[in-house]
Amino acid sequence: MALPASLQQELTNPQTLNDPAVIDLLGLSIAFGGRPILKGLRGDLRGKAIGLLGPNGAGKTTLIHTLLGFYEPTAGSARIFGHDIVDQARQIKSLVGYMPERDAFIAQMSAVHFVRLMGELSGLPQEAALERAHEALFYVGLGEARYRKLETYSLGMKQLAKLAQAIVHGPRLLFLDEPTNGLDPPARLRMIKLIREIRDSGQANIVLSSHLLLDVEECCDEILILRDGQIAVYCNLEEERKSNRKFLMLETRGDQAKFVEALKELGCEYATSGDHRLKIVLQGGVEVRDLYELAAREQVQLRRLSYKRDSLEDIFLKAMENNHGSL
Amino acid sequence: MAVYEQRYKRYAGPLTPEWSRFLIIPRHAYRGVFKSKLFTAFFVICFVPLLVEAILIYLHHNSNALGIMQLQVRELVPIDASFFQTFVNLQGGFAFFVALLVGPPLVSRDLRNNALPLYLCRPFSRTEYVLGKMSVLLILLSFITWIPQGLLFLFQSYLEGFGWFRENLWMLMAIFVGSVVWILLLALISQAVSALVKWRVIASGAILGIFFIPSVFAEFINLVFLTHWGHLMSLAALMRNISAGLFGTFTDTGGTIRLENFDGSFREIILREPPLWLNWGMLFLVCAICLGLLSKKVKAYEVVK
Repeated sequence: MALPASLQQELTNPQTLNDPAVIDLLGLSIAFGGRPILKGLRGDLRGKAIGLLGPNGAGKTTLIHTLLGFYEPTAGSARIFGHDIVDQARQIKSLVGYMPERDAFIAQMSAVHFVRLMGELSGLPQEAALERAHEALFYVGLGEARYRKLETYSLGMKQLAKLAQAIVHGPRLLFLDEPTNGLDPPARLRMIKLIREIRDSGQANIVLSSHLLLDVEECCDEILILRDGQIAVYCNLEEERKSNRKFLMLETRGDQAKFVEALKELGCEYATSGDHRLKIVLQGGVEVRDLYELAAREQVQLRRLSYKRDSLEDIFLKAMENNHGSL
Repeated sequence: MAVYEQRYKRYAGPLTPEWSRFLIIPRHAYRGVFKSKLFTAFFVICFVPLLVEAILIYLHHNSNALGIMQLQVRELVPIDASFFQTFVNLQGGFAFFVALLVGPPLVSRDLRNNALPLYLCRPFSRTEYVLGKMSVLLILLSFITWIPQGLLFLFQSYLEGFGWFRENLWMLMAIFVGSVVWILLLALISQAVSALVKWRVIASGAILGIFFIPSVFAEFINLVFLTHWGHLMSLAALMRNISAGLFGTFTDTGGTIRLENFDGSFREIILREPPLWLNWGMLFLVCAICLGLLSKKVKAYEVVK
C-alpha cells in the first residue's frame, strides 16, 4: 500500500526518528465493512501513563487492537517507539504487554502455568519464564493462589492474572483495557495501586483505556479523548487543569451583600452558598488583584481564595460538547 | 524482579529463537494430555500392533524361535509391501482415535475463553499458532505411525541385508508419505472442527461424523449407480486408495458384480475406482477447506461488519 506524501514525510522526519514518541499516530484510519471506526487520528503521545477515554463506540478498544496489530489500518499508520505497526508488528509485539477487557485465559491451567506459557511465547527461555511467572503473580498479589486453576478464580483474581500475564515479559508499553472492570472497591484500589507502581517505576509506559474517569484521573498524566472515531482532546491532565483558572472559590467575612453588588458591577458571575462562601467566574480582563482591591474597598475580609480545578469529568464533558454539542 | 523486591522490572535476558516458538504449544499441551491415565493407557495400547509387527519380522529371521513354536516360515505372512501397508493402515486407525481424543479441545478451549488475543498480542503469528496446535497432533501421531514403522522397516532391512533395503527403499517412502498425509489430514480436520465447535463432546462427534457419515453416503451412491466413484466422498476410502497407490497395490477395478438380464442371461459390471489423481485432488480440496476455516476462525477478535 503506497503511503501519501505527507505521511512519507512524517515517517522520514529525522526529529521524530531521533526521539520516538510512545505512540505516534500518523493519520490512522480503520473501517470495518466500509464503516469508518477511526478517522485519520494524528498526534504523538508521550505520556508515562496515557488515559484513553471516550463514550461507548468511540473507538478506544479498536485503537488498542489496531496498535497491537490485530487489524490492519485502512489508511495512514502509527508507530510505537518508532516502529511501524504494520511493517514492524513483530518488534512491537515484543515490546508491549496487553491486558484485554474481557475474560481471557486458558482453561485447566494453573495461574503459574498460564503466566509461564505466556512468558515463553513472548520469547523468554523456560527457566526465566517460570521464574518471572512466579514473580509476576507475587507482584500482583496472587502468590498464594498461583497453583490454583484459573477457572476457579474470582473475577478480581482473573483480572490480576491477566495483569500478571501482561507484565511477565517486562514490556516497555502496557495496554490495559478496562483493568478495573467488575472489581469490588478493595480490588479496584489494589489494581490502581499496581498500575501507579508500574508507572512510577519508570520501566514501562501505560495506555489505560477505561470508562471510569476516576481510574484514569488517578493513574494517568495524559489523556486522549476519542469521540466518534476522532481525537476530541489530547492533553496533559495537570496542564489542562492549571490552564483553567477562571473559576474561584472565596470565603469572606464582613458585609458580603455589598461585595456581591460590587462583583456584579465588575461583570463577574457568582453564586453564594451560605457560610460566607462565594463561587465566582472571572470575566475577561478581571484579575484576582481586582478582587482584592474590591474587598479592601468594601471592607470585606478574604479568608480563603482557591482556584477550582477542572476535574477530568469537566474536561471530558467539555470535550464532548465542543465537538458535537451533545453527548 | 525478585519476589522479595516486589517491583516492576523489565526483562533484559536472552530470548529464544523465533522459529522454535511454535513448539512451546505442544510442549505445554502434552502436560495436560498425559495427565489422563486413560489416555496414557490407550496410547500404550497403540504400540501393541507394532510389537506384533516386530515379532513377525523377527520370527522370519530366527529359525530357532520358529522351531520352538513349531512353525514354518511359509506359514507366516510374507514381509512385503502388503505387510507394511496393513500395519500402516492399522496404525492409521489408532491415530484416528488419538486425534479424536486430543484434537477437539486444542483450539476450542482457547476460543471459549478468549485466549487468542493473549497469544496474538505477543511476537507469535496466527500461522505459528495453527502450526503449534497442529504440531500437538503431528508429533504425537508420528510416534505411533511413521516413526516406528520406519524403524521396523530398518529392522527388517538389517535382518534381510542391504540388498533388500535397496530394492525396497520405495516402501520406506510409501510408509512415510502415507502416514504423514493421514496424520496431516487428521490434524487439519480436528483443528478446523475445534475452531468451529466450542464444546469438546460435540467437536468429537463432528469429527466422527465427518469420517463416517460421508462413507455411508459413498456406499449408498456406489450401490445405486453400480460404481466406486462414491469413494470420493469418503475420507477413509480416499486414504485407502492413496495408501494402495503408494504401496503399488492400487487397481482401478474395484470388483465386479453379476446382474441378471430380463431374458435370464447374466452380464458382468466392472466397478471402477476413481483414478488416483482424483483421490489426491479430493484430499487437497479437503485440506484447503480446513485451512480456509482455520484462517477465518483463528483471529484475535472477530470483526462484525
